[in-house]
Amino acid sequence: MVVLEDLSLTILAGRITCIIGPSGCGKSTLLRLFGGLERPSEGQILQSGEAPAGCLNPLTYVFQDFALLPWRSVAGNVSLVLEDHGVRGATRHDVIADVLARTKLADFHDALPKQLSGGMKQRVAIARALAVNPAVMLLDEPLSALDAQTRELLMDDLIALWTRQPFTGIYVTHNLAEAARLGHQIVVLSRRPGRLRDVVELALPLTDRHPGQADLEALQTRLWELMREEAEAADQELSHV
Amino acid sequence: MSEAARPVQFRGGGFKPGMRRGTGLAVFILLIAMIEWGTRAGWISNLTLPRPSDVGLTFVDLWQTGLLWDHLLPSLGRLIVGTLLGVTAGIGVGVLIGLFTYIRAGLVPLVAAMFPIPKIALLPLFVIWFGIGEGSKYALIALGTFTPTVVAAYGAVDNVDRTLIRMGQSFGLSWISIVRKIVLPGALPGILSGMRVSVAIGIILLVAAEMLGAEFGIGAYILQAGSLYDLERLFAGVVILSALGVLTSWAIGMIERRVLRWRV
Repeated sequence: MVVLEDLSLTILAGRITCIIGPSGCGKSTLLRLFGGLERPSEGQILQSGEAPAGCLNPLTYVFQDFALLPWRSVAGNVSLVLEDHGVRGATRHDVIADVLARTKLADFHDALPKQLSGGMKQRVAIARALAVNPAVMLLDEPLSALDAQTRELLMDDLIALWTRQPFTGIYVTHNLAEAARLGHQIVVLSRRPGRLRDVVELALPLTDRHPGQADLEALQTRLWELMREEAEAADQELSHV
Repeated sequence: MSEAARPVQFRGGGFKPGMRRGTGLAVFILLIAMIEWGTRAGWISNLTLPRPSDVGLTFVDLWQTGLLWDHLLPSLGRLIVGTLLGVTAGIGVGVLIGLFTYIRAGLVPLVAAMFPIPKIALLPLFVIWFGIGEGSKYALIALGTFTPTVVAAYGAVDNVDRTLIRMGQSFGLSWISIVRKIVLPGALPGILSGMRVSVAIGIILLVAAEMLGAEFGIGAYILQAGSLYDLERLFAGVVILSALGVLTSWAIGMIERRVLRWRV
């Protein structure tokens, strides 16, 4: 089965690229291809340039279901990804303290995942991703498992993190509002097999975007119009499993 | 026009067995009291069941003469050594089956073939292989605890959340780290609940092995009592075995509560 077809994309450094498309269009597959968790049957994923100094894991994911080890504390979950890269002792301690502070988790150092709310769990996952100082953050519907209010809070946090230290992000979502808030570039895919439908560029700085803003609403409507028929058709499709 | 307002009837609840402390103990005491009463009043003949108070006296006697330890210590030694061998090997093989395709393909049918064999039937064979002494008893208990542990262990490895393993790979963790830090801790709940079954099977086989050739041990004690139709001593032995079962199950429960505190 062909999931993605004839797709050529350039991801720009230091900017957030949002990928949207109807359900089952291969967005998540595309993201797994980017990070080397999936092998393309044809075609290539190329990275150009060197990863920044101190980068332990250039292509780093934030997963929809958080993927935290339930038997490790918040600090232990961050520590996990440092241990294997030989970060030890005081350095490790400092890195953990730094990323937990940046994600507002400093007070939850020793908490277990089962004690945390969904939003906190995703903050831990973001802290873990920041700890390895990635060249590219691959975010796979990171806010989809959260309720609408928590989603707003985490979007603000992501914007604050990016503003402090711009990172290259690839952000897969089916939520058009998230794409309009976070994307410098929005890639619209068609339904399966996923092809490039359109690429929308957004010049407005992230900090100037607010929920309910008229031009963002207009953009969302435009994106929805691009996708509507496709989404309807995808919804009617029988899956061939 | 408008009817009188009626409160909505509650129809949820139930289907949620809770914990009631002491209920189990009360059932025990009630049952023993019934038997005591029955044997004293005569509607239970003393050929059917021994009087619980006499079993108690036999037990006190066992304790005072020091015979209890003469029988219990060798039994405990056999149970511990045999179970330890069987469970360790079982976890090792089970985890390997869970991790490697070829080991799985090769060993799962073998384990399935070994599982239903009554291990007691193999005791004569073990006596030839490992001698009439402790060796054959260790081997019997080890083999008996091995198979259920293997099945529990590879099932537990299979059930480890794959998204956690993908996460480990995506952060560039080495294979050995993924096994040590993600697969093994993730499989621990399943392995521990398998151990409950394994240890119980170990106790059953311990008695079987001791019945077939041992001077001392709970099994030997029960066998002697049985051949003399000494019901008090027979039941004293059975009570010791039950206590052993409750004790090991409690110990595993303690370990679970300590190690699996992270469970939701």
